[in-house]
Amino acid sequence: MTALLATERLEAFYGASQILHGIDLAIAPGETVALVGRNGMGKTTLLRSLMGLVPTRRGRVAWRGRDIVAAKPEDMARAGIAFVPEGRGIFGSLDVVENLVMAARPRRDGRPGWNLERVFALFPRLRERRRNGGHQLSGGEQQMLTIGRALMTNPDLVLVDEATEGLAPMVAQAIWRTLAAIRQDGIATLVVDKDVASLSGFADRILIMVKGEIVWSGTPAALRAEPAILDRHLGV
Amino acid sequence: MDLVTFGVQLLNAVQYGLVLFLVASGLTLVFGILGVINLAHGAFYMLGAYTAFWLAAATGSFWIALVGGVAIAFVVGMLMEDVFVRRLYGRDHLAQVLLSFALILILDEVRLHLFGKDVHSVAPPDFLQGSIQLTDTLSYPVYRLAVCLFCLLVALAIFAVLRWTKIGMVVRAGAENREMVRALGISFDRVSRYVFAVGIALAALAGIVVAPISTVYPGMGDGMLILSFVVVVLGGIGSVAGAAIGALAVGLTDTFGKVFFPAFSSVSVYLVMALILLWRPNGILGRREV
Ligand SMILES: Nc1ncnc2c1ncn2[C@@H]1O[C@H](COP(=O)(O)OP(=O)(O)O)[C@@H](O)[C@H]1O
Ligand SMILES: [Mg+2]
Repeated sequence: MTALLATERLEAFYGASQILHGIDLAIAPGETVALVGRNGMGKTTLLRSLMGLVPTRRGRVAWRGRDIVAAKPEDMARAGIAFVPEGRGIFGSLDVVENLVMAARPRRDGRPGWNLERVFALFPRLRERRRNGGHQLSGGEQQMLTIGRALMTNPDLVLVDEATEGLAPMVAQAIWRTLAAIRQDGIATLVVDKDVASLSGFADRILIMVKGEIVWSGTPAALRAEPAILDRHLGV
Repeated sequence: MDLVTFGVQLLNAVQYGLVLFLVASGLTLVFGILGVINLAHGAFYMLGAYTAFWLAAATGSFWIALVGGVAIAFVVGMLMEDVFVRRLYGRDHLAQVLLSFALILILDEVRLHLFGKDVHSVAPPDFLQGSIQLTDTLSYPVYRLAVCLFCLLVALAIFAVLRWTKIGMVVRAGAENREMVRALGISFDRVSRYVFAVGIALAALAGIVVAPISTVYPGMGDGMLILSFVVVVLGGIGSVAGAAIGALAVGLTDTFGKVFFPAFSSVSVYLVMALILLWRPNGILGRREV
């Protein structure tokens, strides 16, 4: 089966400094991949360059087996990738419904997909807050809105950066349940977070990133069997 | 000052503020969404007035001058975006200032060749001529009232488009976080062109409606540009609602500054701007670090 998204020797730069040093990555349709690593290792940069948001990048990126050359973020989004950025990036001056509606895009295969009703069913809290401005929402509500907005584009792959950063444990639990529900829907995800235990609960595969390189990749079970790996690359 | 005089000054202040808003709203959107500092914005205010003078003289109709002037400005705006402004997206401010300053010089030269350098006046439409007698000694021109009303309607239309249309949503979101809008699959290519062209058309519209009040003269865009930047900074870059508040603040300060503190009339606007920025460094409705 062709990978949904594949990269070969992907490199990314900010000005003169190289941040990603040859990333080889393949995500299968519907696969849930977790990406972990200490701060500053390049996780955000990887997600942003997959989204076409890092201007200087080298190497191969293929979507459904087709090479993507010089993709702009709007092209990546239309191809079927949605982005849930670090810090969430909701529009504070738009209300909840507007934030969702402006992202709406039908499924590429024409079948019924995600819409306002389904997002509200997934996040009843957002329905209660539907006419509130984005800047009036709590951190957890903002994260629900960002995920809901990503779903409104009917993506095949969602990139989630720092899924539960800064959220209270109860709220973080709700976000994990949501990501598990998205997985059930057949949408592939690449999720970055610090909470390896929670990620292990539902991810198919875990990647560990150190200084712009993937140094380890395997199933949650394989990672549990080698606690030294976690200590070495994530311990403080 | 008695109540009637106060009322007259208030109307003048509001009218001035509303005209300023038409110019500044385009400037703030172009700055906030396209990320371009357009120094040539004021030149379109001037060109609008000259085009109106020319069309009014040729056709004898103020209405044709109004509609024609705005339409020409819109088309010119579309072309300018395509040929010049597009190249400035993502460039540093120096490049933007240089190119838009060059545009001022070029547009001024265009004005010289098309319309000459004379000062002109434009007659308001017949039914808006004359004045309303307020007291034995005071009257208020009907046309100025009409300008107030008209600008108010245009301002409401701008807000309605921003509030209730899809493109309005995109424009508001883009003023906040352009990158995120693109990551949702929305391209700014078309949006940018419309935003720029509408901004230019609004500046020209402002120049056209004030033409019968002031006169039409070569340097009329310069003062307007500077005050528009004051409005944009006061209101918060990219915020149209902020520009409305800022424009009214400038209109009131300028008008009543001249009445109450004539000695400070040339600096009153800048004093108020400095005070407001001390209180809110990003402008009244500005949220971003700029
Ligand atoms: N806009 C930027 N300009 C220059 N360097 C950056 C920029 N963003 C991130 N970096 C650098 O890139 C490296 C990787 O950052 P990032 O991708 O944010 O890591 P992570 O998400 O794993 O914490 C860090 O050393 C960081 O300082
Ligand atoms: Mg990060």
